[in-house]
Amino acid sequence: MEILLIIVSAIFVNNIVLAQFLGICPFLGVSNKLSTASGMSAAVCFVITLATIVTYLLNNFLLVPLGLEFLQTISFILVIAALVQMVEIVLKKVSPSLYQALGIFLPLITTNCAVLGVAITVVTKEFTFGGEAHMLNLGESVVYALATSVGYGLAMVLFSGMREQLALNDVPKAFKGVPIALVTVSILAMAFMGFSGIV
Amino acid sequence: MAAASNLKNMALCLFGTCLICSAVLAGVYALTAAPIAETNAAILKASISKVLPEGGEISEARELEVGGIKSEYYECVKDGETIAFAVKSTTIGFGGPLTLMVGVLPGGIVYNTSVLAHSETPGLGAKCTTDENFYGQFRNYDAMNGKLTVRKDGGDLDAITASTITSRAYALAVKNAVNALAGVPMPISDSQAE
Amino acid sequence: MKEDKIMTKLQLITKGLIKDNPTFVLLLGMCPTLATTTSAVNGLSMGLATLFVLVLSNMAISAIAPAVPDKVHIPVYIVVIATFVTVLQFLMQAFTPGIYATLGLFIPLIVVNCIVLGRAEAFANKNGIFDSALDGIGVGLGFTCSLTVIGLVREILGSGSAFSFKFIPGDGILAFVMAPGAFLVLGYLMVLFNKIAKKQ
Repeated sequence: MEILLIIVSAIFVNNIVLAQFLGICPFLGVSNKLSTASGMSAAVCFVITLATIVTYLLNNFLLVPLGLEFLQTISFILVIAALVQMVEIVLKKVSPSLYQALGIFLPLITTNCAVLGVAITVVTKEFTFGGEAHMLNLGESVVYALATSVGYGLAMVLFSGMREQLALNDVPKAFKGVPIALVTVSILAMAFMGFSGIV
Repeated sequence: MAAASNLKNMALCLFGTCLICSAVLAGVYALTAAPIAETNAAILKASISKVLPEGGEISEARELEVGGIKSEYYECVKDGETIAFAVKSTTIGFGGPLTLMVGVLPGGIVYNTSVLAHSETPGLGAKCTTDENFYGQFRNYDAMNGKLTVRKDGGDLDAITASTITSRAYALAVKNAVNALAGVPMPISDSQAE
Repeated sequence: MKEDKIMTKLQLITKGLIKDNPTFVLLLGMCPTLATTTSAVNGLSMGLATLFVLVLSNMAISAIAPAVPDKVHIPVYIVVIATFVTVLQFLMQAFTPGIYATLGLFIPLIVVNCIVLGRAEAFANKNGIFDSALDGIGVGLGFTCSLTVIGLVREILGSGSAFSFKFIPGDGILAFVMAPGAFLVLGYLMVLFNKIAKKQ
């Protein structure tokens, strides 16, 4: 039950893009086409989940026991940067076709604040699923990371579908490009606000 | 000109940077640890004295279960007599935990409340810290004869507009605080019986 | 000659305000721009926090750039930036705990703000320490101004107040304080900015 709450909350209620404002740059940058949007989402999903597992273990089994919490930010970003590099190398060797699909997005992910954001959230924020405030354990963290990235993908795919339609419309000159995209996201965010309160 | 990109240089440079940066951070951490602790203590102290009558001496923190969660309370003594208690009470609001400091007079009268930490929505639930019409209701609230719930649930408190969940959590935190004190030596109900 | 030099130095500071405005023209650092501008004060604080990191990391990076091998420059820069961000976190916890609690997650996330790494890559690693500091100040000020303006508009519409000074009684249009309002205000301000900047 609690797991279900985490999933619904992370995908709809606290959608990472539309409610938490994380990962906006790639959200606006690569959402022109449905195909690139879904490619980026898949890559982000992969990296967020992997990064959350590694940083969770790093934090709870190395930093906290040694009293080195002050190295959190610096070590997390290093881990994420290294992880992205490794994923790139492994993917190139193991699955060239997947690498072709995701490869171009991978270097961009290091500076996607969604990854660092989720990693930090998981180890610092108290969650309140099930009526009691507590920190997530490893299993819940993985579920949370996965659900959050599914939410990212959902917002990305929905939005790119809208933008593909938008490209065919006659938009006033001053609104062309990013401004009209932002106005569109605003309406999408308003739709997602309807989910608030269900968890 | 940038140094050559051979393996030795790269490893040395990265390792050196990490080492220096970690050392710098350790230093800054050591330097700021005391001010941070002081600031946190000052915030706690300010919130305690805000919810207690003036002039009393405030005791050290003592452990207490509030709403089933381990928390703490402070006793306020004036002229050898206990004049009030300050209780830290946490409930679940809309955006996450909502932690209050609640001042309670003997006899179960709420003296005042103050928010220690919250993650409510700005402009909505977050108003519980700024909207006098809301938090003012708890001042001098007679918890023994009132229900300490919002009107929607049959109580006598006005909720913040469009933020019933926050208001409920706030009222529950106050209620838990008052109830928790019932088990403390020199129970509140004693003075009421006199 | 000397006046020319002062002019170019001055330009380093002013170009971030209009011509290369990081928010409205370069579209960088969108996450904090949207998330922390629920009021003018919050926007201003976030802008100043970023300015702090930007100036220091620009200076540090311009100092160490010659000694850094090309292939590892990005990780090294990120580590340097993360260090200053953590220093900022400690300082804010100690001296401005209220603001630190409000901005929350977005303080550590300055590490991945594209503006900071962007300036390190595009300016600090090929220029002197002094110029890099000026560049950091300029871009930081541009970012701060944009955030304050967005915060101000959202605060006026959403809460009926400006810099916490309430001048419209009652509730504002709540949506402007929440997520949809952030996107909408940024979109419309961008249109306005395009119009004004084009005219000049």
